[in-house]
Amino acid sequence: MPDQALSGVKVLDFSHYISGPYCTKLLADFGADVIKVERPGGGDPARKIGPFPGDVPHPEKSGMFLFLNTNKRSTTVNLDTDAGKQIVRQLLKDVDVVVESFRPGTMARFGLDYESVRAVKPEIVYASVSNFGQTGPYRDFKGSEIILYAMGGEMYSSGLEDRYPLMMGPNICLFQGGAAATVGTLGALYAAKDQGLGQHVDISLMETQAGTIDRRMATVLAYHYCGEVQRRTTQSVLGYPMGVYPCADGYFELVGGFVRWPQIVKMLGSPLELRDSAWASMTAQRDPTMQERFDAIFLPWVLERTKKELWEVAEAAGVLSAPLNDMEDALADPYFNQRHLFAQIPHPDAGTFTYPGRPWIMRETPWEVRRPAPRLGEHNVEVLEPLGYTRQDLVQLRAQGVI
Amino acid sequence: MTKLPLEGIRVMDMTVVWAGPYGATLLADLGAEVIRVESVKTMAPLTRGFMAHPPQAMMAAMPPQAGGYPNRQVGDHSWNRSPNFNSHARNKLSMTVDLRTPKGKDVFNRLLKVSDVFIDNNVVETMEKLGITYDALRAVKEDIIMVRMPAYGDDGAYRHYRALGVHMADSLGHGLVRGYPDMDPSANPGEFTVDAAAGTHAAIAVLMALLYRKRTGKGQLIELPSAQTFTAYMAQPFLEYAFNGRKTTTLGNRDAYALQGCYPCRGDDRWLVLTIGTEQEWEAFCRALGNPAWTKQENFRDHLSRYRHHDELDRHITEWTRQQDHKDAMQLLQQAGVAAGAVLDARDASEDPHLNARNFYQEAFTVDTGTYRYARAPFMLSETPADVRRGPVMLGQDNEYVYKQVLGVSEAEYEELVGEGHIGTEFPPDMP
Repeated sequence: MPDQALSGVKVLDFSHYISGPYCTKLLADFGADVIKVERPGGGDPARKIGPFPGDVPHPEKSGMFLFLNTNKRSTTVNLDTDAGKQIVRQLLKDVDVVVESFRPGTMARFGLDYESVRAVKPEIVYASVSNFGQTGPYRDFKGSEIILYAMGGEMYSSGLEDRYPLMMGPNICLFQGGAAATVGTLGALYAAKDQGLGQHVDISLMETQAGTIDRRMATVLAYHYCGEVQRRTTQSVLGYPMGVYPCADGYFELVGGFVRWPQIVKMLGSPLELRDSAWASMTAQRDPTMQERFDAIFLPWVLERTKKELWEVAEAAGVLSAPLNDMEDALADPYFNQRHLFAQIPHPDAGTFTYPGRPWIMRETPWEVRRPAPRLGEHNVEVLEPLGYTRQDLVQLRAQGVI
Repeated sequence: MTKLPLEGIRVMDMTVVWAGPYGATLLADLGAEVIRVESVKTMAPLTRGFMAHPPQAMMAAMPPQAGGYPNRQVGDHSWNRSPNFNSHARNKLSMTVDLRTPKGKDVFNRLLKVSDVFIDNNVVETMEKLGITYDALRAVKEDIIMVRMPAYGDDGAYRHYRALGVHMADSLGHGLVRGYPDMDPSANPGEFTVDAAAGTHAAIAVLMALLYRKRTGKGQLIELPSAQTFTAYMAQPFLEYAFNGRKTTTLGNRDAYALQGCYPCRGDDRWLVLTIGTEQEWEAFCRALGNPAWTKQENFRDHLSRYRHHDELDRHITEWTRQQDHKDAMQLLQQAGVAAGAVLDARDASEDPHLNARNFYQEAFTVDTGTYRYARAPFMLSETPADVRRGPVMLGQDNEYVYKQVLGVSEAEYEELVGEGHIGTEFPPDMP
C-alpha cells in the first residue's frame, strides 16, 4: 500500500448526511483512518437518500451514501447510553481529529462537546459543521440546500430580472461547505502537529457560502464600496454573443463581447460582414440593431453544428466556451475517463457502479479507494476489540442497544 | 506562544481570475506568507479588473460586482480597487518582477529557494513559455510543493482548453440540471461555483502535502484541474445516471423529495425560500400560518399528496408570503420549527445580524481604497482565528520587503531593478 498524504492520521467521525461526510471522505480518500460513529438501527440518514439500484431502497445500497463514505470504517454506538459514551471516550484517546455535524448543543448533551473532549485530550482538533455555526442568533435555525444558497450565497442575483431567483443544482452548497470545512480542519491539524495545539473549528455552512468566491463576497464588497446592490440582469453589459445558445444537438455556452470580439470573428471564419472593426466597439456591442445583424449570421451558424464540433472550433479560435453536457455525454468523454474523473467501485451489497473519482493528482501520495463504504456497524468488532471488549461483551452491548 | 497554523510557510502565488487566488487566500487566512508574484508590464486578464485603464463610462455601466469600485469611481489605480479582485485579496503580499527576462528569472529562482509552496492556475502554454515546470522548480528547491490548476489537465486532448468556471460546470452537466423548468437552458444565469470548488480543494491539497512533507521531508507536484474538483459536487445527478440511467433535468427551486420553493414577499423584489421535509414540519408550518382552511383540504392530506399538488400548494403559500416581510417570515417560520430563509441581497447580507454577531465582515484599510469591511475566512478557529489581518493587497505593495528583506537585495541593485521595470506599483499609462 503506498504512503498517502494523511497516512497515520486518525479521525473519529460523528457527521452525517452530506457536508460533514464529504469532509471526512476527502480525509479518508487521502489516507486517514476514519471511524464513522453511526446510530444503531438506522445509521447515517444518507443511507436513505439513494439513488438505489433499480430504485429499490436499501440501507446498504444508497448511491450517495456509498459515494460519501469510501475508505471509512463504521461502528454503531448509542450516544445516549453511558456505556456508549464510555466507548467513545476510549476511542478518543487515540484520535487526532473529531468531526461532528449535529445541531449545535447535541454533542454537549452527550457530554462529548469540545470542552469535555479537550479536558481528556488537549491536542484534539475538533471540527463542528452546522448550518449556521455554534454561536449567533440563527444558531438553532434549520437549513437546507436552497436556504443556504438564499442566505449565504448569491441566489438573489441569480436568474432573470422579471422572474424568481434561482438555485443551483442539487447539493452544491452542501458539498462546498464540506470542502471549506476540510480546509479549516486540516489547518488546525497542521497546528496540532506543528505546535501540539488543539482547537475547536466552527464551520457555519452559511458562511461557507457567504465567504466563497462564487460572487457573494464580491457583491457585498461592491455594496460596501459604492452602496449598490447587485440585481438579476438579463442583458449582458459585455456585448454579444454571450451565454447559452441552442445548437444542432443541444446547447452550447460561450463568452464573446467587445473584449473577445477578434476571437469570435475568427471562430466564425472571418466573414466579410464582421471584419469591420466598428463591431468591436462598446457602442456597437450595446446596439440592438447591430446585435440583430450579428444574430442573423451567428444563430444559423450555431444551429448547424453539434456542441462537440462547436467546442473544438471555439477552442481553436481561443473562445472561452463549453458544451452543456448531460451525464451520458460526460461519462462517455474519453478525456474525462483518461483523467479518472470517474471510478468503478465494487460493493458487496450494491454491486459495482461508476462514481465521481479522483478529485486531483498528488504525485507522491495518490488518491485511492482502499475499501468501499462500510455496512452499518461492519467494523464493530475490529474497532472495539482493541479497546478491551471481548466478543461476549459485544454481544451484551448489542443486546442492551449500545452498539 | 501560539502562532497561526501556517506561520513560517511561504507561498509563491502566480494565480489569476478567481479559482487560484481563492485557494491561496485560504492559505493566507491560515497564516502562510502568500506572496503574489505579479508584473507591471503585463496584466493578467480578468484578475485585477478587465483592463489596466478601463474607461469610467464603461465600468459605470457594469453591474456592481465588476463595476462597483469605491464610490463608483475607477480611480487612478483601478487595479487596486476592483471588487472582483479585492473581495479575495486579503492577507496577501504582492511583489512585481518581469519573468520574461533573465534577471527576472533569477529573482524568481531566488524567491523559490526560500519558498515552500508554488501555486498557479494559468493556461498550460503560459507556464511552458515561462519555463515554469515541476522539474525546473525542483532543480532549484527540491522539496517544493507545486500546485498546477489548469482547467482540464496538464496533458491530453483538453490541455490547452480555456474556460471560466461556468464552462467547466457545463461540461460536467451542471448547465442542464439547473434553470427555470418552463424555459430552455439559454435562459440560465451564469454561476461560478467551480471557482469555489477548485480554490477550496487547492487549499486542501496544499495542506495535505504540507502534512506529508512535515512527516517525510518530501515535496511533490499536485495537479488539480479545476473541472475535476467539481465532479463530486455533481454526485447526485451523476449517480442517478450511473445507477438507473436517469438523466436529471432541472426542478427549478424544487426538491426531489421535500416540498420546497421560493416565494414573493411584501416589497420590491423580496423573496422567501422554505423546505418542508417531514410531517412534523408541515404541521409546524400550518400552525405558524394560523391553520388556514386550505391546509385541511384533501389534496394536502399527506406528504405524497402535497407533493403531487405542489403547484396548488405554491399558490396558497404565495398568498400568505405576499403579505409578509421576508425577514419577519423567516423568523416566524424558524421559531415554529420550519426550515425557511430570506433571500438576502448584498445589503441584507452586509447588515445580517447573524453574520455580524459572528464578526464575519472585518474592517481593513488600503491607501487606494480607504477603510471598508471585508469577508473573513469561511471557518472559525478557536485558538488561531483566521481573521482579516490585512486589506486587499495592492500591486507591488511589498516590493521593498520581498526584495530587500527576503532576498537580501542591496539598495543599489534594488534601484537597478526599478530602472529596468521589474519593480513598480503601477501599470504604464499607455496600457489599455
